[in-house]
Amino acid sequence: MSETRLMKGNEAIGEAAIIAGCRYYFGYPITPQTELMEYMAKRMPQIKGVFLQAESEIAAINMVYGAAGAGARVMTSSSSPGISLKAEGISYCAGAELPCVIVNIMRGGPGLGSIQPAQADYFQATKGGGHGDYRNIVLAPNSVQEMADLTILSFDLADKYRNPVMLLGDGALGQMMEPVNLEEKSLVPQKKPWAANGLGERTKPNVINSLYLKPEQLEAHNIHLQNKYQNILKQECRWEELSVEDAELIVVAYGITSRIARSAIEMAKRDGLKVGLFRPISLWPFPSERLLTLAKQTRAFLVTELSAGQMIEDVRLATGQMKPVHFYGRMGGMMPSSREIYNQINLIMREKEAVK
Amino acid sequence: MTHEMILAGFGGQGVMVMGQLLTYAGMLEGAHVSWIPSYGPEMRGGTANCSVIISQEPIGSPIVTEATAVVAMNLPSFEKFESSLSSGGILVLNSSLIDRQSKRDDIRTYNVPANEIANSLGDARMANMVALGALNAALGYIVGTSQIMEAFKKIFAKKPGIVAPNELAILAGAKHVIG
Amino acid sequence: MNTKLYERPESLTDVPFHYCPGCQHGIVHRIIAEVIDELGVRKQTIGVAPVGCSVLAYDYFNFDIVQASHGRAPAVATGVKRVCPDSTVFTYQGDGDLASIGCAEVVHAAARGERITTIFINNAIYGMTGGQMAPTTLVDQVTTTSPYGRNVNQVGTPLCISEMLSTIQGARFIARVAVNNPSNMAKAKAAIKKAFQLQNNGEGFCLVEVLSTCPTNWGMTPVEAVKWLETNMIPQYPLGVFKDAGGE
Repeated sequence: MSETRLMKGNEAIGEAAIIAGCRYYFGYPITPQTELMEYMAKRMPQIKGVFLQAESEIAAINMVYGAAGAGARVMTSSSSPGISLKAEGISYCAGAELPCVIVNIMRGGPGLGSIQPAQADYFQATKGGGHGDYRNIVLAPNSVQEMADLTILSFDLADKYRNPVMLLGDGALGQMMEPVNLEEKSLVPQKKPWAANGLGERTKPNVINSLYLKPEQLEAHNIHLQNKYQNILKQECRWEELSVEDAELIVVAYGITSRIARSAIEMAKRDGLKVGLFRPISLWPFPSERLLTLAKQTRAFLVTELSAGQMIEDVRLATGQMKPVHFYGRMGGMMPSSREIYNQINLIMREKEAVK
Repeated sequence: MTHEMILAGFGGQGVMVMGQLLTYAGMLEGAHVSWIPSYGPEMRGGTANCSVIISQEPIGSPIVTEATAVVAMNLPSFEKFESSLSSGGILVLNSSLIDRQSKRDDIRTYNVPANEIANSLGDARMANMVALGALNAALGYIVGTSQIMEAFKKIFAKKPGIVAPNELAILAGAKHVIG
Repeated sequence: MNTKLYERPESLTDVPFHYCPGCQHGIVHRIIAEVIDELGVRKQTIGVAPVGCSVLAYDYFNFDIVQASHGRAPAVATGVKRVCPDSTVFTYQGDGDLASIGCAEVVHAAARGERITTIFINNAIYGMTGGQMAPTTLVDQVTTTSPYGRNVNQVGTPLCISEMLSTIQGARFIARVAVNNPSNMAKAKAAIKKAFQLQNNGEGFCLVEVLSTCPTNWGMTPVEAVKWLETNMIPQYPLGVFKDAGGE
């Protein structure tokens, strides 16, 4: 049973989380993710779930830690400055291997920044954010439909790998309305024999912990984590491609920017230019291998982001020095128009012609 | 055809819901649609606007910068978005509150006294519906009035009593444009 | 026939405590374990351990434990309790953890009337990090970060957590106890037991503050430390029940 509904991205995440079996939500208000929190406040009591407005983002992520530790599917959401506050808790969740979903609807920074859309938390999301050698799985939707679909996937991946998953959107995706199809899924409850939910029939206590005072033990734990991350890297890379096969220039963009880029690419194609789009959906693991393959067949890349250039580092790492990697970004909540990106495409293609 | 529209006014004029109704109706027509508001402090009292796209193609950026149509419900909105209109675009002005004319000769302007028309129908709050009817008619009915009303019934499911007067407002707006 | 007069509670593991000689964490651990045994709730208990000397509590308690980040134990316990509403959930926190970095979390857990029990160990100093000033450090008390004594003009006066929390409507039971002599130990156990019973009755947030010694960081022998607690700490932090909303 499914029905197409017109929903805000923030609301779609909320409903999708409920479909995924999430019955616990802890959050703190911050623009531009508040609709998600408000949606949960309305919906959770209807389905006998728990919605709790925490005293801070710090408390919220620690409630998530407690609920995940007790074995529940649980979610929190915030926006950039709030995610900074959650960073410590996310590191603890990673260390204790607790499955949970953290939504970041990004806004302009640094500091209090603005409330307009941005993608300047890429480093924070994919390279850590908190302390220690850990990785979040990071998924980046680019439509309201994907906000829903990737939310469900986030819960599945979190449980599969016992790892925090971050859904990385931005203010535009959170606020915009699009048709969304929410499929009712019947979920098999996940068995979590490691959960600290009371001994019950067990004889051995379960301990949720990230403390290993002996360096040998902590190193062994880290090796275990790294092996898990390698496994995720092998299995969970996700991306979308458009017209890359014969592209002379490939635009690399994720999230909302990928849509603007797609419009720009359509304009360029009407001019006869051979331009393609590569859209990472999983930002970590980053689809490096595929980009390397594409680097062998294209002539250049253009990375566009709502930042000063963060994902571009991963594109460069993936493609080495094989092909030039250009950049176009806007910051502070400014969004490029498709024409701006189209102009960049033209500029690069003309330079290429001159070289040829 | 892709319709990229900006609907703007001051907070309380109902431009957000106007956009949502149009978007919803587009969805019911089977088109690709998107709606995105300006959000934040400007929502509270100042000007409010939203971008609506209705297209036969998948939608790229949901934020409209080169509009095919603009609805300006008040003077600041007119001043802010007149220049966003592409050549050949359509401008619907709420002439009840805007006593100025566009100087552009590459666009089509429709002056609609939305407040007066809504008032004559019994409720000034329906000025947004008058403007919506006018916009839709000016664009050659990109969505059916029946789809708008279906959307209206969904969004205002708790207020069945306001359906009929609002439909009259939409029709009055359209009539003003078509003449 | 031999009569067993003293045995390890089932809620304690057979692991020797790492605590310093004269430290009273061990006594409080044992009281909690006895209470949980007596209430018959070991199989449904989830403890939340803090950052501080009792960070290794999960080695000593024979039930499920969630180790929390510094100060956040009441938030973690909230998450656990909301998922397992029929369980017995408690936090065990020191004064740096609860009264300093985690002040917001405990206040709001109390304000929500969160059905958890908090055991708050107040020894007027940071133990694990090696004797720094805590919010509960006494006026003029020398610590490594107040080497000239706690200066009221610079860092204010000691924070009286039980008094403060007793003003919160959601708090059900707030008491301050000590374990400096057998009589006080019995009172401490009674208060702790009550704090657990009330939780299990679903009656709201309960906190028992336990005045405790830290001979190592106070620079005293265990005997001197108990004496110091009696002559300095108890006058600053009077013992008693500060709130019993049931009004028994």
